[in-house]
Amino acid sequence: MTIASSSPPSRLPLGGAEGARTEPGTDRVPGGSNGGDGRLAAVFIAPALVGFVVFLLWPTLRGIYLSFTRFNLLTPAEWVGLANYDRMIHDPIFWESLKVTVEYVVINIGVQTVSALAIAVLLQRLTQSPLLRGIVLTPYLMSNVVAGLVWLWILDNQLGIGNEIIAGLGFDRIPFLADETWAIPTIALINVWRHVGYTALLLFAGLMAIPNDMYEAAKVDGASEWRMFWRITMPLLRPVLAVVLIMTVIGSFQVFDTVAVTTAGGPANATNVLQFYIYQSAFGRFQFGYASAMSVALLVVLSAITVLQYRLTRAGQTDLG
Amino acid sequence: MAAVTTTTPTTTRVRPTGRRPLSPGRVLAWTAMGAIVLVTLLPFYWILRTALSTNSGLAAHASDPLPVDPTGTGFARALGLESTKDAIAQGGAGGGLKFWRYLLNSVIVSTLVTACQIFFSAMAAYAFARLRWRGRDQVFALFLAGLMVPTIFTLLPNFVLIKELGLIDNLLGIALPTMFMTPFAVFFLRQFFMNVPHEVEEAALLDGAGKVRIFFRVLLPMASAPVLTLAVLTYITSWNDYFWPLMVSYSDSSRVLTVALAIFRAQTPQTGVDWSGLMAATLIAALPMLALFGFFARRIVSTISFTGIK
Repeated sequence: MTIASSSPPSRLPLGGAEGARTEPGTDRVPGGSNGGDGRLAAVFIAPALVGFVVFLLWPTLRGIYLSFTRFNLLTPAEWVGLANYDRMIHDPIFWESLKVTVEYVVINIGVQTVSALAIAVLLQRLTQSPLLRGIVLTPYLMSNVVAGLVWLWILDNQLGIGNEIIAGLGFDRIPFLADETWAIPTIALINVWRHVGYTALLLFAGLMAIPNDMYEAAKVDGASEWRMFWRITMPLLRPVLAVVLIMTVIGSFQVFDTVAVTTAGGPANATNVLQFYIYQSAFGRFQFGYASAMSVALLVVLSAITVLQYRLTRAGQTDLG
Repeated sequence: MAAVTTTTPTTTRVRPTGRRPLSPGRVLAWTAMGAIVLVTLLPFYWILRTALSTNSGLAAHASDPLPVDPTGTGFARALGLESTKDAIAQGGAGGGLKFWRYLLNSVIVSTLVTACQIFFSAMAAYAFARLRWRGRDQVFALFLAGLMVPTIFTLLPNFVLIKELGLIDNLLGIALPTMFMTPFAVFFLRQFFMNVPHEVEEAALLDGAGKVRIFFRVLLPMASAPVLTLAVLTYITSWNDYFWPLMVSYSDSSRVLTVALAIFRAQTPQTGVDWSGLMAATLIAALPMLALFGFFARRIVSTISFTGIK
């Protein structure tokens, strides 16, 4: 068990050569065993590294490769150059699905961020009850499938309680998931319901880092809650908000489950989000090459958004926690 | 306790949190909070109410707040306990639902993913945080970059790979891609290990413990709180995953609950959706996670609240 601490000097080339230098995050190991831990580290890192290379790095490279091929799973991939990308650019359904996805993301992120912020501030300024925090998190325990099914039922045109209430108030029933205009906002709001509590808790974590003294001092000066929110909370929360925003936008772009169980892309492609279209191209029509090309497009869009957000919010200056 | 509060009354009583005058603002804020709680919890009640009703009753009294014709047949159908004839008579599908099989599949996949992923990620995190080796920072930067690759991107190539490995329609095929690590788990645990004071390790080293022993006997037990939170969240994520299992499983042998639920919904009989059975099924599918959360809620909520885990 004492392999590492008694490591011989022969291990020096593996990182211990500059023994006197202490890098940040590096351990200063006492007792003369200042040799590198190369062999032990290799053992410790091996499973994770295998998983990383096999299921993350390699698939990423392979996905890019497949996007230049015609591939139906049954016969070997055949190199076709930019044909898939050419097709994509001229595919109206692709552009439509990109548009629908963006529409979904804008509604989902807009409503979710504002609501999560409101919930987080209420949890900070009104009460710090762990019970309320727990309640707010409960929808997150549901799968997207369950959340989708429940809301499908609540919003059902004929028997759903949502429409019963709307009808009871004297309005016309709304075909939430069966109507081209309503479907995407509805799906976006269903996912807000499931995720907003989690986002709120992440923001709450950021709020807890703001010293209470600042609020006390502001209160002594006669500042209102509203003013404190804009002058203290928002400026100090900004870095955390930025990180949370980047994460939720990336997650939001990957909407699939809710669409799959509620509308399956319909009506008339109105909810055919990019992921759903990719899935259909691959598993419905066995066009893996084309599906891969669209995945690459999605990756490019996401990377661009991430970089842009990072720049705009200067999120790199701090981190969560 | 009492002594502390009496000796320092000024510091603890600066902001009396107990009774504050109810200003209009506070009333408004509490109303908003109440509305949030209502929107959060009502769907859960509606699942229960629907699951305990009969389909014919639901059609007749759609807005009745209580279960209509209270019955357990929805649950019986969801669990596959009702005969085909009865199920069809109740507005359900005739096809059998092997609920226990799906439940077991979900348990196997989630347990495998959680146990292995956390363990391997913790080992890697330790190597990144506490061991010194050449190329460490470069390898870690690579892992961090992995954090940016959206899961959708790796799904198709991973499917091809799993197919080549002959693991389609196999529980191991569902578990494998997330079994070894996620960049986030490594990142999160590394953060924790970096913050453990060096003295802890030095003391153990002086006692003659090796680094392997230090990891298993000292650091890993110290990390039990973050590890537990991470484990519960990983379990929930894995349990709720739909897209990947949908790709990989084709038959009952590897079908997990989320996929089974979507299929249950798709098996629409001629009369319309079996809402009672479907809501009973969703409740049964969600119950294990609600129980798991109920058990660890306090710890998880405070870990997320104070560290911003993600």
